[in-house]
Amino acid sequence: MRSIANRRQRGEARCQTPRARPDRRDTAYVRRFRFPRPLPRLYSRYARRYARLVTMPTTAPTANALADVTASDSTLRRFLHGLPGVDAVGLEARAASLGTRSIKTTAKAYAIDLAISMVDLTTLEGADTPGKVRALGAKAVLPDPTDRTAPTTAAVCVYPDMVAVAKEAVAGSGVKVASVATAFPAGRAALGVKLADVRDAVAAGADEVDMVIDRGAFLAGRYLKVYDEIVAVKEVCGDARLKVIFETGELSTYDNIRRASWLGMLAGADFIKTSTGKVAVNATPANTLLMLEAVRDFRAQTGVQVGVKPAGGIRTSKDAIKFLVLVNETAGEDWLDNHWFRFGASSLLNDLLMQRQKLATGRYSGPDYVTVD
Amino acid sequence: MSDKTHKAHKAHKAGKAPKAAADIETRPAVTGDGTGPVAGSGPRVAVLKTYKLYVGGKFPRSESGRVYEVTDSEGNWLANAPRASRKDARDAVVAARKAFGGWSGATAYNRGQVLYRVAEMLEGRRDQFVREVADAEGLSGARAAGVVDATIDRWVWYAGWTDKIAQVTGGANPVAGPYFNLSSPEPTGVVAVLAPQESSFLGLVSVLAPVIATGNTAVVVASERAPLPALSLAEVLATSDVPGGVVNVLSGGTAEIAAPLAAHQDVNAIDLAGADERLAKELEVAAADNLKRVLRPQPVDYFATPGTDRMTAFLETKTVWHPTGSLGASGSSY
Repeated sequence: MRSIANRRQRGEARCQTPRARPDRRDTAYVRRFRFPRPLPRLYSRYARRYARLVTMPTTAPTANALADVTASDSTLRRFLHGLPGVDAVGLEARAASLGTRSIKTTAKAYAIDLAISMVDLTTLEGADTPGKVRALGAKAVLPDPTDRTAPTTAAVCVYPDMVAVAKEAVAGSGVKVASVATAFPAGRAALGVKLADVRDAVAAGADEVDMVIDRGAFLAGRYLKVYDEIVAVKEVCGDARLKVIFETGELSTYDNIRRASWLGMLAGADFIKTSTGKVAVNATPANTLLMLEAVRDFRAQTGVQVGVKPAGGIRTSKDAIKFLVLVNETAGEDWLDNHWFRFGASSLLNDLLMQRQKLATGRYSGPDYVTVD
Repeated sequence: MSDKTHKAHKAHKAGKAPKAAADIETRPAVTGDGTGPVAGSGPRVAVLKTYKLYVGGKFPRSESGRVYEVTDSEGNWLANAPRASRKDARDAVVAARKAFGGWSGATAYNRGQVLYRVAEMLEGRRDQFVREVADAEGLSGARAAGVVDATIDRWVWYAGWTDKIAQVTGGANPVAGPYFNLSSPEPTGVVAVLAPQESSFLGLVSVLAPVIATGNTAVVVASERAPLPALSLAEVLATSDVPGGVVNVLSGGTAEIAAPLAAHQDVNAIDLAGADERLAKELEVAAADNLKRVLRPQPVDYFATPGTDRMTAFLETKTVWHPTGSLGASGSSY
């Protein structure tokens, strides 16, 4: 199996050596990959004739297949459009049914602490001042000043010009500094500008970079352009982890979200992230579930684990716990860690802290008892 | 969730067959001029009312899905009322807190207009309230009508106070220095109100109206035995101009709902009018933790014209010192 780590070499080599594609007429190949189970006799006559046209592959494409898909714009498009279509009703029903789990007492205490440790405490306003970023950093390091047992958040997330300030504010605490980059939130800038943006953030000490994909190119079907851009950004990131933001609210269909997820992961994303928080529809349980399925399937095929970060619109502990249930039931326990799952949020933290105080004291807390940003 | 409601309805239809509902079922349809039944039309099907909570301007069922039976003074079933849980109480506090900024920031004159509008709406629903009060408190029609009239008058009385209470409780203070010193009353915040148990409508309005007239927002726990007038009052509030969340009405076990409200860190004051002696003491202890203002239960004649006590109980005094300018050797410079 080819590792994803050497994708870049493949990228360089792809023009010179056209790869032999498996012959679809080769019956051994067809039996192995197109018809994993023998078809029932009753349907065999029509099914055999039309199967290639109408069925979705139920097995994952192999690693070799993945090695080929980024060879050209058309192979990439063929791969992305060949992904199974999303059953929108089923997806939403599944997400809703997982949201009905009752998480109480000790499980709730565990979930709240886990959720706090997964928060990317975010401020992305035009009005951000160094003082505000410092306050945010202090809050990330010590979320509840009245209770030092509260875990730290995973990271603070700021604009690139605030990275240095944020870095200083969280120094020595283990809290990471994430920076949005690549002309966030619209992403409408030349590649050179985007790369310079990323370079600045990394030079200022960002541990993580949140990039936005070029939704215009994606929606126009120019997948390779999006892919190349992510690859280029990943290269500039160096050791910083790359989160790729799809802005799911602008992708308009679940199929597109699934395609974007695979595209991002193929290009080397360390995290896939739902949205910027700047549009009407942000993270929903359904689109996060879809992305969790994508990272699960991607690891099953390639052995590479990719994180997920829903962002925007998650404001209550109840919502956050629902997302954790989704993670556990879809991707599995391996993702229940702030290295692999994050919440992009600002007001969520206060609600988590209030719930935490409620569990500790037995009385409902109020906004007077948490710090207001 | 609504299963229990439906089951309870069915049980009652099959079993006790409430008197009122049976009357309605056999009532003949009448013609437009009221002279007699319309030919061919049978008896009407009973339209039973589902009473619901009132939280944040909406009418949710209890989060717990529970209901309990409400009976008249003789024990005949009237309706099922939601039995609110501590989570409903929590939601109500969140709604009240959210509404506080807008309501307390509205001009006193505007609050007065809004409350007067509520009285207008009450007047329009007078017959319904007379029936509900008669059922709840076992009064004759004429006496119940007297109670409802007194209640509407009480509401108008408090509506008039909104822009006058500041003159009574605030004003300029003489101080020994070159300052203007002005005190003005400000609302305390979110107030939990345990409505009186016996006086289900007049008593309720007598404790609720002063709280919101002064700009507080309220979480009301209706009379446990007779919550229907309170739940109907919520419908009146929803159709007048009172912003959602300013008044939130919960029905159910008073002790059960009051405990989390008294302990709630985001409730600023509690009126214990509807608590018995033992419960009041417990709640006072719980309320001490975040220094809530507490109004202890006291014997009240709800028909008598109230003083300003219930309004001032939930007001804080803000005092401003403002320099008058240099006095120097020449004495006052203003």
